[in-house]
Amino acid sequence: MVKIKYKCKIIYEKHNKKSANLTTPLCVLAPPPLFTLLKRFQRMQGFFPTSTDGNMATEFHNLQELRHSASLANKVFIQRDYSEGTTCKFQTKFPSELESRIERTLFEDTVKTLNNFYAEAEKIGGQSYLEGCLACVTAYLIFLCMETRYEKVLKKIAKYIQEQNEKIYAPRGLLITDPIERGMRVIEISIYEDRGSSSSSSGSSSVSGSTAR
Amino acid sequence: MSAVMITRKVRKWEKLPGKNTFCCDGRVMMARQKGVFYLTMFLIVGTCSLFFAFECPYLAVHLSPAIPVFAIILFLFVMAMLLRTSFSDPGVLPRALPEEANFIEMEIEAANGNVPAGQRPPPRIRNVQINNQIVKLKYCYTCKIFRPPRASHCSICDNCVDRFDHHCPWVGNCVGKRNYRYFYLFTLTLSLLTIYIFAFDIVHVVMRSVDKGFLNTLKETPGTVLEVLVCFFTLWSVVGLTGFHTYLISLNQTTNEDIKGSWSGKNRVQNPYSHKNIIKNCCEVLCGPTYPSVLDRRGLMQEDSPVSAGSEPPFSFNNSVPQTTKTTAPLIPNEHTPDDVKPSIAASAEKKPSPKERSSAPKEKSPTPKEKSPTPKEDHSPVPKVPPLASPETDVETSITKTH
Repeated sequence: MVKIKYKCKIIYEKHNKKSANLTTPLCVLAPPPLFTLLKRFQRMQGFFPTSTDGNMATEFHNLQELRHSASLANKVFIQRDYSEGTTCKFQTKFPSELESRIERTLFEDTVKTLNNFYAEAEKIGGQSYLEGCLACVTAYLIFLCMETRYEKVLKKIAKYIQEQNEKIYAPRGLLITDPIERGMRVIEISIYEDRGSSSSSSGSSSVSGSTAR
Repeated sequence: MSAVMITRKVRKWEKLPGKNTFCCDGRVMMARQKGVFYLTMFLIVGTCSLFFAFECPYLAVHLSPAIPVFAIILFLFVMAMLLRTSFSDPGVLPRALPEEANFIEMEIEAANGNVPAGQRPPPRIRNVQINNQIVKLKYCYTCKIFRPPRASHCSICDNCVDRFDHHCPWVGNCVGKRNYRYFYLFTLTLSLLTIYIFAFDIVHVVMRSVDKGFLNTLKETPGTVLEVLVCFFTLWSVVGLTGFHTYLISLNQTTNEDIKGSWSGKNRVQNPYSHKNIIKNCCEVLCGPTYPSVLDRRGLMQEDSPVSAGSEPPFSFNNSVPQTTKTTAPLIPNEHTPDDVKPSIAASAEKKPSPKERSSAPKEKSPTPKEKSPTPKEDHSPVPKVPPLASPETDVETSITKTH
């Protein structure tokens, strides 16, 4: 399959409503377009970023464009920590792929905060009993009007991850995916390389990861 | 580049793998075989209608009007619990996307080291320690993940389900983490309803027979006979089931674990999930947090579909949404592999065992020589350079025991 390099300036302008230097790495994009790109990319996480076929959706164009300035080099998956049972908790072990990209303490802080959020959501105590009993009495119809505690915490988590991405991870060329989009199995961290520093245009992430090294 | 693509927005449930049926635009999720579920509905609604038609008028007048009222409340509760159990997501774990699957494969290969050609690779098991107990996490070849503790793959629905209890044909769905408490409440209230109807049927027949004689009573209210029959058989099964699940809840075990004898006590294994306190166990299962569904059924996604057949075959590896197993096709072909990708798999993988990775009975134990060096990939194929995947037929453990 022949890779097609697009003229991204026009497309980029269309999405960000201002002209931008195509070689600008991800980290120096202005916050509003960065936010848009982050949001779009996060929604696109499920798609292969290396799709190369003909007429694609606008968002593919956007993703292609993203890769012109910063290409997806690798993905790291932080696994679950089952030492305390089946409650949702992620390992705080620092992956070696991120050693040159981010400080250990920042990473551990993020994972620990996420773990705390999940612990709060799954806490079995007075409030969860009350919610459970009330719901049972109303034959669980109350959930049509009310949001469960877990859902409220999930919203907080989504906001926290977005904030972390904007402040800490995107400037370092990384992107965290909300675990709920991966079935709460892993925290997926996408590693981006600046354009021109890796030949990551072919194949998928793991290949490019190995060649980039 | 000659194919014209049309992108359209589809809901994610349309592209979910697995053998579920979805209704109401993704709001309802059930198994494929729904016949027994319809029977359950028919029996409950039918018996209750007969009760309201024949017994209730007499009892309301001669005993108390509270009787039909309570019966209605019980009936509505039973129906609510049944529908909630049947229509909700039991806790399905979504399959691993290709990058995650590759990552896991790399880890496994790194852990296994070099397996000499002709030998089977070791079984894919991860050991974790939970509350000072070693628990083995098995690898699911269909979903390409290491199953979390207490999760199991349902072969009827073709999904890994978290805290898998069992697949219940009577409710037409799996029973797992998210709908176990509704299932339990359904069996409990159904037992109560059955006992209630049975008791008041007897009372009604006795009261009427005193006035008019036994045979006349049966002639006047023929529905009673049917009700008593249904209730009698239901009583034994449903009450027994409720008792069994009460026992499981007090020990914080699942039906699956009980059947397999995971925590039966031999070899000094104990249930690491139990709080060793009946009340705490019951509270955790019945009054614990309501877990959200991690399957985003109603989310929107883009789908590219070719309009005209173009000169080159559309490479569905990239086209179709990677949420389905179709895009993991290059790893192991199975019945989900679209036909146009199969030739490329055949080209890239020289010798592979039969693509039926979900076969429960092992076919042959002939060791297929596995090449551990990555096979050279052609330029056109974006298949990542991973060694050929092991499959259940080549794994030692899964060849001996049935998978799942």
